[in-house]
Amino acid sequence: MFPHPIEKSSTATQITYKVLLPVALFVWLLPLIAVMVTSIRSAGDINAGNFWGWPREFNLIENYTAVFNNSPMGTFILNSVKVTIPTIILTLALSCMAGYALAIYRFRLNMTLFFIFIAGNFVPFQILMVPVRELSVNTGLYDTVTGLVLFHAAFQAGFCTLFMRNFIRALPFELIESARIEGVGEFRIFWNLVLPLVRPAIAALAVLEFTFIWNDYFWATVLVNGQHAMPITAGLKSLNGQWIAQWQLISAGSIMAALPPVAMFFLMQKHFIAGLTLGSTKG
Amino acid sequence: MQNTNSQIASLSPLHHQNFLRRNRLKIAPWLFLAPAMVMFTIYVIAPIFQSIWISFFEWDGLGAKTWVGNQNYVELMDDDRFYTSLYNNVIWLVLYMLAVPAGLFIALFLNQNVWGIRLYKSLFFFPFVISQVVVGLVFSWFYDPSNGIIALIFNIWGGNPPAILADERYVTYGIIAAGLWPQIAYCMILYLTGLNNVSPDQIEAGRLDGARGLKMLWYVILPQLRPATFIAIVVTVIGALRSFDLISIMTQGGPYGSSNVLAYYMFETALSEYGYRMGYGASIAVVLFLIMMVYICFFLWRMYVQEKEGH
Repeated sequence: MFPHPIEKSSTATQITYKVLLPVALFVWLLPLIAVMVTSIRSAGDINAGNFWGWPREFNLIENYTAVFNNSPMGTFILNSVKVTIPTIILTLALSCMAGYALAIYRFRLNMTLFFIFIAGNFVPFQILMVPVRELSVNTGLYDTVTGLVLFHAAFQAGFCTLFMRNFIRALPFELIESARIEGVGEFRIFWNLVLPLVRPAIAALAVLEFTFIWNDYFWATVLVNGQHAMPITAGLKSLNGQWIAQWQLISAGSIMAALPPVAMFFLMQKHFIAGLTLGSTKG
Repeated sequence: MQNTNSQIASLSPLHHQNFLRRNRLKIAPWLFLAPAMVMFTIYVIAPIFQSIWISFFEWDGLGAKTWVGNQNYVELMDDDRFYTSLYNNVIWLVLYMLAVPAGLFIALFLNQNVWGIRLYKSLFFFPFVISQVVVGLVFSWFYDPSNGIIALIFNIWGGNPPAILADERYVTYGIIAAGLWPQIAYCMILYLTGLNNVSPDQIEAGRLDGARGLKMLWYVILPQLRPATFIAIVVTVIGALRSFDLISIMTQGGPYGSSNVLAYYMFETALSEYGYRMGYGASIAVVLFLIMMVYICFFLWRMYVQEKEGH
């Protein structure tokens, strides 16, 4: 293990380390802590300029209900859910199949297609912006949740296919071969044999995609205009313009936007990190 | 023999099914690939070429397109705001790289076996999970010259707090600092995973050879962390060139376009109150795309070499 294990060092070093840990964490998460504290401050505190001291009142319930009552925050959250969940399902369906095809079959364009999926995943959004927006306007998908879902699912299929292909490639190929010899059809091999085996990859991608899609701001700005379809990221930005200097409300809104991905990460940590660090340990 | 078989097959009513059966290994991959390929082509591949095409037109997004040839690119060569954005992109790229060593530093700090360390690791990772919109809002408030924490620190020392986001000299650095916060967390988690896989034997061997501390890090640990470093650099470069959210939230490119980057400048030209210049915006996007393409090709080339070696 590197660096040198702390439990083999002197007591003084050990104590220093154990004190340093929470201090470092506090400094590191100061922005988040400040937002959390601010989100329960009273308007009086904010107006008096008490941003960093101990709150004089705790307005947890008042502030959060105020956000829901004075703004379409409820709609925004619902929209984010309506965009995120279908996108994950759709993109996973696309990429399980595509990844399976690229991992199992040998054909001439295999590598080319694989590389196109990878490359597409890295392109800057701006090169897609004008045509995708035009396409959405022409098909009536502009300013709808469906429009966002379709775009996200298509774009994320690049990354997910890369992930799935590498995961399936690492499975023992003999399994598939012996199923073929037994006369099992290709689709049934995929459905009954491979899909159950890639469950960990599906879990990893689902958590990862949840944060990607939930936190998307660019496409929420480009493809949506009205509040009826606006996800929470774009919604929060528009509320920031309305709630000038009402930091307790902006903070409460920020916490609401941040909470779902944070909770997702916390609950599914192992899968999340497995997804994120793909390729960083191998090759 | 096979020939006769297939002749008989073609005469039988089951001919169709047999054709599929015989060629299933050739047809199946395309059936599995089709949905993803169709979606990816419509939303990713085709738009790239459409954007390149549109960049040769003058177009407001509604009316007719007017062919202007390379006029948009000529205008770009003479556009101060374009150069400011390009220059800022370079600053972003260079300073964003700090996330890699900083992430390594925190990973080394956290790579211990004390009580509760797993919780510490996940808490350190939090900034990456939350939306950049939230990060942008929080940092704008931190930088606020009357109420922010920077102001507080300056006031304690009796100084005059700078208005970071309103000052052309500091604004880009202020936004980059906000962007580094989640990016460092990302690099940290890559390195933490990498450190998990460092071979204990080699560390032991290094110790016997008298390598300690920095020497050990440089000669024994870092070479083994190379895959993590590679991914960390790739995602950091992409992150720097994609920087959009923070600029949109914190300054909208201001003051006077001084914190603009290509990604935001493109959006601003094509889709904002300053007018809908789709063609000109597309030409900015093409430039950004070409810059990114250098990295994409580098990444693909590396993957290609690996695939050749691996299989």
